[in-house]
Amino acid sequence: MTGHVFRTVLSHWRRNPLQLFTLLMGLALATALWSGVQAINAEARASYDAAAATLGEGQFAQLRRKDGAPMTEATFVSLRRSGWLVSPVVEGRINSVRLVGLDPVTAPGGLGPVPLDGGADAGRFFSGVGQVYGTKDALDAIAVVTDAELILAPETAANTVITDVRIAQDLLDKQGQIDRLILSPETPLGRAELEAVAPDLSIIAVQDNSDVGELTDSFHLNLTAFGFLSFAVGIFIVNGAIGLAFEQRRGMVRTMRAVGVPLHQLMLVMALELLVFGLIAGGIGVVLGYIIASLLLPDVAATLRGLYGADVSGSLQLRPVWWLSGLAISVGGVAVAAIGAFWTLSKMPLLSGAHQRAMAMAAQRRSVWQGGLAICLLALAAVLAVTADGLVGGFVMLGALLVGAALALPLLLDRGLAVGQARATGPIAQWFWADTRQQLPGLSLALMALLLAIAANVGVSTMVSSFRTTFVDFLDQRLASELYLTTEDAAQAEDVIAFVTPRVEAILPIQSVDRTVLGLPTEVFGARNHSTTRDNWQFLSAIDAPWDAVHQGDGVLINEQLARRTETAVGDVATIEGRAFPVVGIYGDYGNPIGQAILTEQMFKDLFQPPPATEFGLRLPAKDVAQLVADMEAELGLSPNSTINQAAIKDLSLGIFERTFSVTAALNVLTLAVAGFAILMSLLTLATMRLPQLAPAWALGLTRAELGRYELIRAVVLAALTFIVALPLGLALAWILLAVVNVAAFGWKLPMFFFPVDYLWLGALALIAAVIAAFWPAVKLTRTPPAELLKVFAHER
Amino acid sequence: MNARAFSLIILALPSLAHAQGFAGLGEASDGFAVPQQGYEFIFPDDHGPHPDFRIEWWYITANMTGPDGTDYGLQWTLFRSALTPDEGAGWATPQLYMGHAAVTTPEEHFVTERLGRGGIGTAGVTADPFEAWIDEWSLSGDFDTLDLTASGPEFSYAVTLTSDGPTVFHGDDGYSVKSAEGQASYYYSLPFLTLEGVLTLPSGDVPVTGHAWLDREWSSQPLSETQTGWDWFSLSFDSGDKLMGFRLRQTDGDDYTYATWIAEDGTTTAMPDGALTTEPLSMHQTIGAEVPVRWRVTLPEKGIDIVTEAINPNAWMTTSVPYWEGPVRVSGSHQGVGYLEMTGYE
Repeated sequence: MTGHVFRTVLSHWRRNPLQLFTLLMGLALATALWSGVQAINAEARASYDAAAATLGEGQFAQLRRKDGAPMTEATFVSLRRSGWLVSPVVEGRINSVRLVGLDPVTAPGGLGPVPLDGGADAGRFFSGVGQVYGTKDALDAIAVVTDAELILAPETAANTVITDVRIAQDLLDKQGQIDRLILSPETPLGRAELEAVAPDLSIIAVQDNSDVGELTDSFHLNLTAFGFLSFAVGIFIVNGAIGLAFEQRRGMVRTMRAVGVPLHQLMLVMALELLVFGLIAGGIGVVLGYIIASLLLPDVAATLRGLYGADVSGSLQLRPVWWLSGLAISVGGVAVAAIGAFWTLSKMPLLSGAHQRAMAMAAQRRSVWQGGLAICLLALAAVLAVTADGLVGGFVMLGALLVGAALALPLLLDRGLAVGQARATGPIAQWFWADTRQQLPGLSLALMALLLAIAANVGVSTMVSSFRTTFVDFLDQRLASELYLTTEDAAQAEDVIAFVTPRVEAILPIQSVDRTVLGLPTEVFGARNHSTTRDNWQFLSAIDAPWDAVHQGDGVLINEQLARRTETAVGDVATIEGRAFPVVGIYGDYGNPIGQAILTEQMFKDLFQPPPATEFGLRLPAKDVAQLVADMEAELGLSPNSTINQAAIKDLSLGIFERTFSVTAALNVLTLAVAGFAILMSLLTLATMRLPQLAPAWALGLTRAELGRYELIRAVVLAALTFIVALPLGLALAWILLAVVNVAAFGWKLPMFFFPVDYLWLGALALIAAVIAAFWPAVKLTRTPPAELLKVFAHER
Repeated sequence: MNARAFSLIILALPSLAHAQGFAGLGEASDGFAVPQQGYEFIFPDDHGPHPDFRIEWWYITANMTGPDGTDYGLQWTLFRSALTPDEGAGWATPQLYMGHAAVTTPEEHFVTERLGRGGIGTAGVTADPFEAWIDEWSLSGDFDTLDLTASGPEFSYAVTLTSDGPTVFHGDDGYSVKSAEGQASYYYSLPFLTLEGVLTLPSGDVPVTGHAWLDREWSSQPLSETQTGWDWFSLSFDSGDKLMGFRLRQTDGDDYTYATWIAEDGTTTAMPDGALTTEPLSMHQTIGAEVPVRWRVTLPEKGIDIVTEAINPNAWMTTSVPYWEGPVRVSGSHQGVGYLEMTGYE
């Protein structure tokens, strides 16, 4: 008998293919966005794991110089000879590929740069031209700078090549230098104290050397939040479709139970049916997710490298972890969406049917606790707005705000429509408002989806645009010199200085050393006393005339990242190279992952005795730049690569910036598309149910064309009201992203700007989406044969 | 011989996978120097490294007793292995080093291992003044006295060795043949060393005294391709006489044996293939492999018919190339102590 029951239950979908399509597509889209994001995250984690396996990152404690500078080989030797089982690492970037030099002989426990088997020859790794291991892309990028044998090793960390210490020192020009030491967990008895052997080194414990891990975690959390938001929107659609299908099948259920089918068997069959749908839609969603992920991954990889220096493979692999989770969440999503429907079904009196008005009244009862929950969540968000400062707090606040607002939306819309109804004059207007309110319960899920999508768009576009505005200003103040040039060595630098001195207004040397300041890796710069910096730099907070203090040697300027991460304020003291400097100013340094500190040029020279500067910024009239470059190339033999003008740097920086946010923008558009789809499907399914309500209006004299027009107007009114709610919600979202999440994830706070024109455009877009979504149902209505409308009276239940 | 484990130094080298003989010792010696009959040793130079030979070691074993009469054994080895027959400079050197250190008590066996590259200073050997070192481990001195240190996570030792007898050359004046096909090495020993020092064990410090044996050996292809492992004995009898003997096992089931009889005054007698016999009496399953830990050893020409028994049968060396090495007690026609090394049993 089960077969008959199953066929009968399924017959509903045969009669309502559109509903089936809605259900499957809604679920597939939701799964696609979710599993796409998961695929990206899984790929990134796999890359981090590969890095841990091949480079020991996060596995072993490390030793570094306290000032962050490279150590000498002699330090390494004296540590080994004192019982410290350390292994040297030399690293740097060439053509943006991370080059890591290891010593496989001393590297701890299987920390094989590469498995030295499979025909590999240790002799060729250790001596001769040497060998470089890496993935194909990385090897291609490095091939131009080395004549070492290139060995394809797909298991190597992404965008990373591994070679012997010796080769790395040569390629990176770090002869006799070691960047860091990996410490084996094995401790021989009688090992000397570190202080006695190498007092300038400090041990970085295993759990502390994964700063990049924490930062990238926040990025992935961000993506996950986005994926989940999209999924939630999708589940709204599915919930609507399932609820409707169960509602419409009440008659069938009543009939089947009346002829003796047990309720539990009926429910089992329906659950089975949904499981099959969940798997089918999940499968489609995973495929779509793979496509989304493979399109977005290159940009994600670029973002992670640009912002955090973490290397992630740019190509996607089919990993069970995410396609299985995609299927699971699809089935789980169906289950969540169907719980309510099953509950109603199980409680349904044997012979009860469905009534529209009854549904609306039930919705009203539901609205009481829905409103209560919304108020609680919004209150939680408000409390967190004052108290939260971490990443998790930020995301909880975000979630509470969005869900609270979504729950509150039907109530707000109902209030708004009630106002319209109260002001309405004439029967048609009163009917219009009343009918719109009546439809609200059926449309509210789709409208919630629209609300979330608009709010996410407003929020994220405000964040990105604020960031962009700030960033462009920042580039203008920081890239004040018209021309930047890099010389090969001190001798060439001298020639260049002699050559350009009569032709430029100022030569500003750019020199820095890597040191640990306030406990964080920091680039320390020496700045020349010149109006360029005085005139252009803006500070987030500073004493009066901070540059004067700096140039008198009485102060240091630090970037916002360093200040926030170490909770340092103006007036606090930063110790650099054993000397204490009061912090006299904190400046924005957007896009820089690490700390920065600025001293005056003379103090910089006194403290670090740096070699003569080889990089310079030149101030000169912009119109003379091209001529000067041409002359330097002709007369000094400077290569074209050694100069870069201001405009080119700005283009480059903005290019990186755009890539960074292209992922967010893409997800944004997808979310809005899903919401539009939700509205379309809700209206289409409602249309068939609404005939009993429209038929009397038609019978009373409204033409079908008028009815269709009112359908369109109704969609516009609802979308407009939703947009009015979404705008402040989106701005609140932007504030959380800028002032809470961004600070926790990146270490800097961005000023928030408003972009009213963008919002107007978005509003128009939402209205257009609503009109498009309502257009087809409206057209269908105008073409409904009068006989269909008449039948309503004949079928009156 | 204690070609011993060392050559293993071939480190983690790929060649292990398709090595000839045990741990690559049977590989052809392309480009490397080959030991020649009639070589004249020059000291202190020959205490130092010979980078044009593929492999070389500085090998110390010692039988010791603590204040309560407990037997202890100690091993310290520095292996040198060259990838190519030249010295190179800095990181580019093809000279690799491997250190093994162990302390054996009747109940426990402590092992540790170090690897390092020559050329940068973490490991190496200098002839004059003499020092052989890897990391903080060191063997140094003037060969009248030598200071020896090593340490691992569970143990360390610092002992002084004092010479009270001559340097002994094996085979034909230090030219030691290892197979019927003529593979050979340079091989000399300092078997007359008295030892005094302290072992640091998990149970505490133990002052020890005893006798140590220093082996020096270098070659480029000490084994034949068909030799799979060896059993090596260095025995000190209560009579004051000493015996160094080894059996090289071949894939065809045959053996190649050699022994040097060292009289109390240091005069030596080289015993040709077949003079020494070795017969496993009982096997023991260690954590690594099943190995014979009781042996009957005979050298009829010198009236030797003895049984050696491991002081601790579990003296398995869990190093990158594993083998068995530990102190033994001698009974039978002669009484005494000694060291046994067995390779190629995995």
